[in-house]
Amino acid sequence: MTYTSDEKHFELTVNGSKHQVKDSFLGASLLSVLRDHIGMTGSKGACEEGECGSCSVLLDGNLVCSCLVLAASVTQSSIVTIEGLGGATDVQQAFVECGAIQCGFCSPGLVMAATNLLDRNPDPDVDDVREALAGNLCRCTGYGRILDAVQVAVDGRKRNKL
Amino acid sequence: MSDLEIRESVVRGGIGQSPLRPDGVSKAEGSYLFSSDLSADNMLIGKTLRSPHQHARILSIDTSKALAMQGVHTVITADDVPGKPTYGLISSDQPVFAGEVVRYIGEPIAAVVADDEDICARAIAAIDVVYETLPALTDARFAADPESMEIHPDGNVIREQNVVCGDLSVVGDVIVEDRYTIGMQDQAFLGLEAALAIPDADGAGVECHVATQWLHEDLAQIAACLDLPETAIRMVLGGVGGAFGGREDISLQVHVCLLALATGRPVKMHYSRSESFLGHVHRHPAEIWMRHHATQDGRIVKIEAEFIFDGGAYASTSSAVLVNAVTHTQGPYKCDNAYVRGVAVRTNNLPCGAMRGFGVVQACFAHERQMDLLAQKCNLEPLEIRRRNAMATGDRLITGQTVESVAPVREIIAGLAAIPEPSETLHSNGHPYGLPGGAGNTTRSSDVVRGVGYGLAIKNLMYSEAFDDYSTARCRLDDGVITLKFATAEVGQGFITIAAQIARSTLGLEDVRLDPIDTGVGSAGSTSASRQTWMSGGAVEAACLKVRQLIFEHVAATTGGDAFALVIEGDTLVNTTNGQRWPMLQIVSGLVIDEEVEFRHRPTVPLDENGQGDCHTAFAFVGHRAVVDVDVELGLVRVVEIATVQDVGRALNPLSVTGQIEGGIAQGLGLALMEEIIQRDGRIMNPSFTDYLIPTIADMPPVVAQLIEIPDPQAPMGAKGVGEPPTISSTPAIISAIQNAMNRSGGADTHLTRVPIRPSDIAKAVNSNLRD
Ligand code: FES
Ligand code: FES
Repeated sequence: MTYTSDEKHFELTVNGSKHQVKDSFLGASLLSVLRDHIGMTGSKGACEEGECGSCSVLLDGNLVCSCLVLAASVTQSSIVTIEGLGGATDVQQAFVECGAIQCGFCSPGLVMAATNLLDRNPDPDVDDVREALAGNLCRCTGYGRILDAVQVAVDGRKRNKL
Repeated sequence: MSDLEIRESVVRGGIGQSPLRPDGVSKAEGSYLFSSDLSADNMLIGKTLRSPHQHARILSIDTSKALAMQGVHTVITADDVPGKPTYGLISSDQPVFAGEVVRYIGEPIAAVVADDEDICARAIAAIDVVYETLPALTDARFAADPESMEIHPDGNVIREQNVVCGDLSVVGDVIVEDRYTIGMQDQAFLGLEAALAIPDADGAGVECHVATQWLHEDLAQIAACLDLPETAIRMVLGGVGGAFGGREDISLQVHVCLLALATGRPVKMHYSRSESFLGHVHRHPAEIWMRHHATQDGRIVKIEAEFIFDGGAYASTSSAVLVNAVTHTQGPYKCDNAYVRGVAVRTNNLPCGAMRGFGVVQACFAHERQMDLLAQKCNLEPLEIRRRNAMATGDRLITGQTVESVAPVREIIAGLAAIPEPSETLHSNGHPYGLPGGAGNTTRSSDVVRGVGYGLAIKNLMYSEAFDDYSTARCRLDDGVITLKFATAEVGQGFITIAAQIARSTLGLEDVRLDPIDTGVGSAGSTSASRQTWMSGGAVEAACLKVRQLIFEHVAATTGGDAFALVIEGDTLVNTTNGQRWPMLQIVSGLVIDEEVEFRHRPTVPLDENGQGDCHTAFAFVGHRAVVDVDVELGLVRVVEIATVQDVGRALNPLSVTGQIEGGIAQGLGLALMEEIIQRDGRIMNPSFTDYLIPTIADMPPVVAQLIEIPDPQAPMGAKGVGEPPTISSTPAIISAIQNAMNRSGGADTHLTRVPIRPSDIAKAVNSNLRD
């Protein structure tokens, strides 16, 4: 193989655990390393150029498109993927219950983006939600039920605080 | 009856309720496996070499350099296809790999299989193909011309279909006509094409996991190309990330199976976004001329029309798309006299085929623009002209077919009129998203003009023209647990949810399980044509009814009663002669019953040469009202709200229906305002989500949806398909609203005739100083 010299071993911290990445092309995106090397396929790729948000993960708490991040450049960061949310969070539940999921290909990315929004802003208005989710494409739902789901999650958190 | 009694006899999760999707949690948590997520031990990766030329003769293909590369397992070309060299949904005219001639940019020529993606890419680049380029046929208008060169052995004309009826000498007091253009739209499903093929240990067969709309049709086409009996191939539905028509045709299925059999190892193929634009068929771009004749008071007396559909290099479903277009020329309006000509042709452009709305999208855009013209000419309100012409059940279509379906067109119009319009907000005070141009901060609110417009549509349901359209379902009852088996492709629409609901309501039992979706049962037909609720829903209901009948007979035999006296109310079995009641769960304890049913809709016939015949099965109706704010100076549009009234027969799952309506409208909005594959000499100029725009959450307005639930007597459970109608008339409604805004600001002499609309179409018309 001609590109052996580019291969590097490095370590990523994903969802609190260390993962050794071997035999990865140095130019590989975080998305492809997560999916193809670490075997976490929850993050999806629908464009691989930062347009669809299906690959959204948290990098040190910031929402990023993992397809635009060089895996080898984030060895010092804490990465949280959809698998790291723990499952059955309020946002995930709201998505399921409100009909925000059809084919579901966009769902992991949207759940990450919505979770991140609610953590930053516990009381977003509908324009805040639109702005926060505008980087996540969904081709099935027309977004109405997604807005509904985020609102349900917001209301739920408010109720829990009372 | 007390509350308690009502609650007692209700089955939870039955039809009319909105139980949760069985796959919802796994999709929200990221553990659901889409076909692109699949892998297998020892798996190799496959990749396709595609033509860089629009039309060329292949003089030679040299794969030796690629084959010699370390990590490359094999390279296959047309010579390696053991069976039929071509495939296709209606006519088998598309080569698995181009052998002698390539006919569009992106046509597959060879496939490599290697250890990984990177080696694949380098191997593809190392294949040496020598071409002799040929002149290309790019303009559909010339394709049917006998003087034009033929680009395919089957000729350039895929199908011509006229619809001629009534008295053609009729001339209206009022005549309106124009030419309309519909651009090429992409399905843009998010889950890219992907498949995993696993060869049998003895090499005699293969198992293919793929995201598709129709497993059995894929199976038949793959088997023919592989020269294997269908029993040697098992098709399993891989998780499907949306479809919208774009997965009805074969894309990588034959290639991946060939590679797996050639190497004896599991092979995965998956497309990138740019390859996906080349790898599946698109919505037909169309040129339509339409002329309406009407009386002074706006009643349509004759329609003349001509349709030219660019089918691209191969036929796909073009002939059926054309039939849908010409037979829907009149829209949901009465018309006795018509002369319609239609042709679908081959060109050296991208192949076109199925997309949500299937030919009716194009026809509807033209007839709805015409209705607006007619309203203007007759000095009537847009809804009034539509009301005067509204068809009803029992009316005859221009094909001679009588509309037997419930046809609540007047109710739709009245419903749209009754939904209050959104208030005119002060554009300057709101969030920038409230303005045309959005956060780009380009719009001055003084340039913003509000417009309101309407669109109505009729859409056929199921397959037409004598197609043997059926679906198969099996229902197994085992000690109170129901297991359903079907091959219906779940592509996101939610059939798996309603299948279980149907079983629960029919059998009064709540525990319903679903077997994997694969070819281990008969065909379900395609998840297209708004047909699965009716067809596979009908099949599931019929299988459950058979099981129910056997339960009744068993109960009658053991209790000495009459099976005909038994009914299921909610979760309770009731003997109607003596009022005796048993919980269903108790009655079926220990019972094992297994029934399979093939469900067919009523027969249809092919159209004759004048386009006459009962070619369609059933129809659904819909209307949309769009409210837009237009920056008339810059030509920017903000859709403020879409209101819709849709004839659904009966909403089996109201939440799913809402999802179909909102999602369908988003795609209609996309076609109206932004979505177009732009080709230059057959090359896509925008094969990415950076340049091919689909609506985001910031583009989508609120949708106010009202359902008309008049159960259709011909439909199983009264339910009509709901998937396509939302996409169809939302597009012209938005254009009509933009037109309305332009008219209010002095652009009245320009009639909008094209989708997607471009800012210059608006700005040029309104700013006369910019006119060229
Ligand atoms: S795959 Fe990363 S944004 Fe689309
Ligand atoms: S649910 Fe299919 S893309 Fe969002």
